Amino acid sequence: MAVRAAATAWRPTSMSDRDGRLDVRKTYKLFIGGAFPRSESGRSYEVRSADGGQFLANAALASRKDARDAVVAARKAFPGWSGATAYNRGQVLYRVAEMLEGRRSQFVHEVGTGEGLKRPDAEAAVDAAVDRWVWYAGWSDKVHQVRGSSNPVAGPYFDFSVPEPTGVVALVAPPASSLLGLVSVLAPVIVTGNTAVVVASESAPLPAITLAEVLATSDLPGGVVNLLTGRPAEIAPWLASHMDVNAIDLTGIGDPELATELETAAAENLKRVLRPPVGGGDRAADWSADPGVDRMHAFLETKTVWHPVGI
Amino acid sequence: MTVTVPVGLADVTASNDTLRRFLHGLPGVDQVGVEARAAMLATRSIKTTAKAFALDLAIRMVDLTTLEGQDTPGKVRALCAKGRRPDPTDPTCPPVAAICIYGDLVPTAVEALAGSDIHVAAVATAFPSGRAPLDVKLADTKAAVAAGADEIDMVIDRGAFLAGRYLDVYDEIAATKQASGDAHLKVILETGELATYDNVRRASWLAMLAGGDFIKTSTGKVSPAATLPVTLVMLEAARDFRDQTGRQVGVKAAGGIRAAKDAVRYLVVVNEVAGDDWLSPDGFRFGASSLLNDLLMQRQKLATGHYAGPDYFTLD
Amino acid sequence: MPTFDYAPAPESPSIVDIQPSYGLFIGGEMVEPVDGTRFKTVNPATEEVLSEVVAAGPEDVDRAVAAARAAYDGAWSRLSGRDRGKYLYRLARIVQERSRELAVLESIDNGKPIRESRDVDVPLVAAHFFYYAGWADKLAYAGFGADPRPLGVAAQVIPWNFPLLMLAWKIAPALACGNTVVLKPAETTPLTALAFADICRQADLPPGVVNIVTGAGETGRTLVEHRGVDKVAFTGSTEVGRQIARSVAGTRKKVTLELGGKAANVVFDDAPLDQAVEGIVNGIFFNQGHVCCAGSRLLVQESVADELLAGLKRRLTTLRLGDPLDKNTDIGAINSAEQLDKIRMLSEIGETEGAERWSPPCELPERGFWFPPTVFTGVSQSHRIAREEIFGPVLSVLTFRTPTEAVEKANNTPYGLSAGVWTEKGSRILWMAQRLRAGVVWANTFNRFDPTSPFGGYKESGYGREGGRHGLEAYLDV
Repeated sequence: MAVRAAATAWRPTSMSDRDGRLDVRKTYKLFIGGAFPRSESGRSYEVRSADGGQFLANAALASRKDARDAVVAARKAFPGWSGATAYNRGQVLYRVAEMLEGRRSQFVHEVGTGEGLKRPDAEAAVDAAVDRWVWYAGWSDKVHQVRGSSNPVAGPYFDFSVPEPTGVVALVAPPASSLLGLVSVLAPVIVTGNTAVVVASESAPLPAITLAEVLATSDLPGGVVNLLTGRPAEIAPWLASHMDVNAIDLTGIGDPELATELETAAAENLKRVLRPPVGGGDRAADWSADPGVDRMHAFLETKTVWHPVGI
Repeated sequence: MTVTVPVGLADVTASNDTLRRFLHGLPGVDQVGVEARAAMLATRSIKTTAKAFALDLAIRMVDLTTLEGQDTPGKVRALCAKGRRPDPTDPTCPPVAAICIYGDLVPTAVEALAGSDIHVAAVATAFPSGRAPLDVKLADTKAAVAAGADEIDMVIDRGAFLAGRYLDVYDEIAATKQASGDAHLKVILETGELATYDNVRRASWLAMLAGGDFIKTSTGKVSPAATLPVTLVMLEAARDFRDQTGRQVGVKAAGGIRAAKDAVRYLVVVNEVAGDDWLSPDGFRFGASSLLNDLLMQRQKLATGHYAGPDYFTLD
Repeated sequence: MPTFDYAPAPESPSIVDIQPSYGLFIGGEMVEPVDGTRFKTVNPATEEVLSEVVAAGPEDVDRAVAAARAAYDGAWSRLSGRDRGKYLYRLARIVQERSRELAVLESIDNGKPIRESRDVDVPLVAAHFFYYAGWADKLAYAGFGADPRPLGVAAQVIPWNFPLLMLAWKIAPALACGNTVVLKPAETTPLTALAFADICRQADLPPGVVNIVTGAGETGRTLVEHRGVDKVAFTGSTEVGRQIARSVAGTRKKVTLELGGKAANVVFDDAPLDQAVEGIVNGIFFNQGHVCCAGSRLLVQESVADELLAGLKRRLTTLRLGDPLDKNTDIGAINSAEQLDKIRMLSEIGETEGAERWSPPCELPERGFWFPPTVFTGVSQSHRIAREEIFGPVLSVLTFRTPTEAVEKANNTPYGLSAGVWTEKGSRILWMAQRLRAGVVWANTFNRFDPTSPFGGYKESGYGREGGRHGLEAYLDV
């Protein structure tokens, strides 16, 4: 009797169920090498709304082997992406922004439920994320002019310094700001030609996967961005110690002890390390500030070339 | 030295095309690099016994030169006397290698140098421009040789070289060598007009292939004349030529060398680039006039311990 | 045929005045150590003891950092960029005035030929101070924001291969940006750093802006790990660099590292061969091969290998090895017995691995630490002498067939400091320069340095750049 009552009392709770149509729910998988595989471990974990009340989805729980595969994909994509013209990279990134804009309402919903934001705040965050992506797209063919130089050496040589992408960059995305924060750490890494392995926010990974779908439909070559969902504390150490990863962005690591462990592991092959901000993790207010050029510079090498000038 | 040459050097002169390809196939010369090496060699510190050795050697390598429209027999006789006994106060001072003059003054020089080992070098082939018909240039040469010159300093046709007519340049040198008979032939490249070190290397090879006994930098009438890096390139060419063919060709640096200090620098370059075998008047010469007095002044300072003055050396 | 033997042309050591014992330069004065002990420093060419210097203990390091902090919080931070620049100009000028003395002192302490210290090291030292002096009041234009701030106290640990030059590379930009420094010179080469302390006095530099603490690895570690330090700058081995990177993990200290290398010097069949030979010689035998960016791997195109090697061997017979104070010496002494052992050991390994070893006939002086220029041919990538940094006058020669193969072999190393390319073809120079994963690419030249030109490595050769506008970044809070 109680069971039948419960059954007739049931109401659908998700958005599209309201019009009486059963929605086809999205499965959230990893994004590696341009494809969407599940974790090779077969594991997943529950993603709930910010207040913990609502089940949102199962996200893949990435394993170290997924991380390994992601690094392989990123390395494979590096020569092509870094070898593309700056113009081409800028166009690709702009197309990403177009796709982001197109999916605005989807992102607003995912950011809102995942971060517990009211609609206007979710919209502001998504708009800021799109605008930031556009801002970074415009840097692709300008950072060299700001960062490079011709050097007036005291001798008959032409001497110039050019910025070059460092290679494969591992990033731990901000835990709270699931789209704006993510875009703020990812765009500066890839606009200059690096490829990325991103560990998404553990508690709010869904916008990251939707972003991966945007990337997959934007002419971004497979492997340039690889996205892992799961537990940063489990995955990040494998990336920090990986000998074929050139740099690691620890922005999303809130625990100072873990950050120290990761930085120590990164020293093994002298990775370039971007430390988490003081106080750890992220603060929503920071992400709306002008990002400046530091995040691009952090993952650029400088190459200086000399050549004699003579007849 | 086992350096493999894919084509026998004789075939190289079969046509202008083959000669051009050979010359253009020689390794290039980086200007900044070669000038840096010359500058480094110029910092060698040559003192005491080494300096004494170098000064005496340099004197023995001088081709004491006068090449003026206003030269007279009197001038040439004075120069010959100077060449025989450069330092009137010091009989231990060696004589020069040669007197270098215009062809019509050769008889005067031969008479003035009788009994000495000093060579009589005549410039020929329409020196300094080289612009005259070939038969005129050869007649110039033959006349000098007939008058007693035992060295001929010829000029190459720079116009033909820069226009790429390498075989013409080659043929002229070969013909002049023949017209010189037993006289040694020095081939003046006029490096200042060739302009690039690549050209200097090519012209050096051309002159050596054609039978020159010496390759010489300049007429002294065009600036820049001899420089340390240009001479370095020519010494490298002579070294490489001997490696490939077994024949040693000498190098003469002429024009613009006035200070003993510079002459010593040239000898350092000869020493470290070509080696011992070029450290004699048969391997290297200085074409100079005022250089001799500076060499004598430095020589005297080494001997006496105090600085010398120009009044103690003759101006001829 | 006569031989042209160069008579000895010694530079007189009487211009230097080495004291029998030195203290530490802290807070503008030479002071006695509190918990440091003393050790001897020797002339590597003669093994004579030159002086006694201090191995600073933890309390000494503490005092030095405190002095740097006091200067930073006090006098130095009150100065305008313009005034900081003026102090740096004074330092540059005094270095020029005392250049002969400094060059002789460097050769005596380090073993490098006087021609190098006189013509290369010391002039570059002055040039670095001049260059960064000019930046001190122009930081707003450097591309780091309108008002970039300094970091605070910088701990700087430098190696023994270019003692005074490495000091200039560290101190000049640090001071220009407004930091104060505690610098530790290498154990075997403290003397020019101590002379620099005297120059700071002569320039009236505010006390504590520059502090010099001598010592060995232990002192360096104490300094780098000191909690009062905001910035660490290190030049030295990759192994120690790695340790430092670990030790600053989790702190707020910014770190820049300039570490080892195993650079490829790539010679194509159309290279200007005589200059390429010079470049190779310069690349590995300059400074006795004690150069992080040394061209220690010669990658020569197979079709021209025999010709190039013949020319190289002939050139090596004219290298002059001997008394560093002789103005005609090209190759001086190896810096220490320890380094000599390492070079010998790796060279023996080269022979065991099957490479063919060759040196020109070379008379080694009886006393002192010496190693003749050595060439190994028939080397392949898997040999240890092709992978490990020897830091001595030892060249490993490998061949390649195509440009792609050259790039692959050149990049196939955990290092990435420098590379050389020799070819007359412009498009190929730029093609190679684009593909070589190295912080410095020298095309048709080698071992060129300039204060305006950023220097530093990719991968395990370190991170951060020294020189140029880029060199300011290491000392600004950006």
